[in-house]
Amino acid sequence: MRRIIVVLVAGLAAIGNAPSPRAHAFLDHASPAVGSSVPAPPPIVALWFTQDLEPAFSGVTVTNEAGQRVDLGNAQIPQGSPAELQIGLKPLPRGTYLVSWHVVSVDTHPTEGTFTFEIKP
Amino acid sequence: MLRLYTDARVRFALAAALTVLPASNPLAHGWAGERFFPATILTDDPFVADETSLPQVSLNPPGLDDSQLTNIEIDLSKRITRDIGFTIGDEWQRLRSPGVTSVGGLGPLRTGAQYQLFVDGPHQALGLLGLTVTWGHTGRAAVGAPDFTTLSPTFDFGKGFGDIPRSLTFLRPFAITGNLGFDFPTQATTAGVPNPNNFSYGFAFEYSFPYLECCVKDVGLRAPFNQLIPLVEVAFTTPISRAPANQTTGTIQPGIIWAGQYFQIGAEAIIPANRGTGHGYGGVVQLHFYLDDIFPRSIGRPISEWW
Repeated sequence: MRRIIVVLVAGLAAIGNAPSPRAHAFLDHASPAVGSSVPAPPPIVALWFTQDLEPAFSGVTVTNEAGQRVDLGNAQIPQGSPAELQIGLKPLPRGTYLVSWHVVSVDTHPTEGTFTFEIKP
Repeated sequence: MLRLYTDARVRFALAAALTVLPASNPLAHGWAGERFFPATILTDDPFVADETSLPQVSLNPPGLDDSQLTNIEIDLSKRITRDIGFTIGDEWQRLRSPGVTSVGGLGPLRTGAQYQLFVDGPHQALGLLGLTVTWGHTGRAAVGAPDFTTLSPTFDFGKGFGDIPRSLTFLRPFAITGNLGFDFPTQATTAGVPNPNNFSYGFAFEYSFPYLECCVKDVGLRAPFNQLIPLVEVAFTTPISRAPANQTTGTIQPGIIWAGQYFQIGAEAIIPANRGTGHGYGGVVQLHFYLDDIFPRSIGRPISEWW
């Protein structure tokens, strides 16, 4: 009986977590990592989501502590990686930066989020 | 400019959908801004939704007379519009009492109407007004189903703490949901026993690992642990008429919810809050499906958008 329950729970977890072109897109991970400190200015911010994204309605900005945009305004979904969103950055001095993203998964579910990272040589 | 690879018709449909939908609650189940609220087990959810609990199984703590109730419950929440929804639910119950043959049967039918009062994304706040009707004569009296109808107006709310200063890093994943309501029986007594008006209140205190990972700090949690939401729920009922006010009953339910893309699984212990509620321990498990994610283009949409 216990084995059946374990198999059932594992199966449900696998199904419920399986990548799919539907459902809400959660942020899976990012580079620089959410809330991290990095020693050198990154050239881009890259975000990976749990669902494929609708490019026309997905975007990301990066601002400094004064609220000024420090990204290059070239947000894009790389070819062959439909669940990834990235944007280039200007050369950045040390400081804390805010990443704000909003995405729409390909079944029209919108999600959004923010996080910071710090450049600390 | 983003690279467009989607079919033009899909883009047009998306643009139309995103343009005509009201801004108040475009996100279906429990979202307020960047905060995801799971469906809680004990307390009512502060959002209209397209979801179903299928099933929820609970073994309640023994009562004062050592009788013990087992419930198998099914609930459906459905949006009519983006801000208006209804709920319907029922349960099969089995009552075991010492020295007496156990009895089983349906509990009372419950239906509800809901209105999404507000969704405040930046402040991760939700408010919902609801009216639940527990219908008399719809269940088996031997398992406690009432012979009278009860009207229960409620206010349900949710608040995430993601908007507190970012320096309070590990407090930001906290969230609270709760409900305040009254029960008004439409019949004052049953066989000489008073049916009191009640004040009901409950809260769920949650710590969201998904929020920690997405928006606060990547501490390295990966699936399935980055989808866990530990929580403690409490709920109480206090008579406010036709019964002594000191007959408050309630339970405390620590547990955990795992939230996936299409469903969530929750499990909680049930601990009586006082001697009047019972003694010992019980437990509850719930399998809960997100219909708006499973059927995003059909029955998962509000009924007003089916045509």
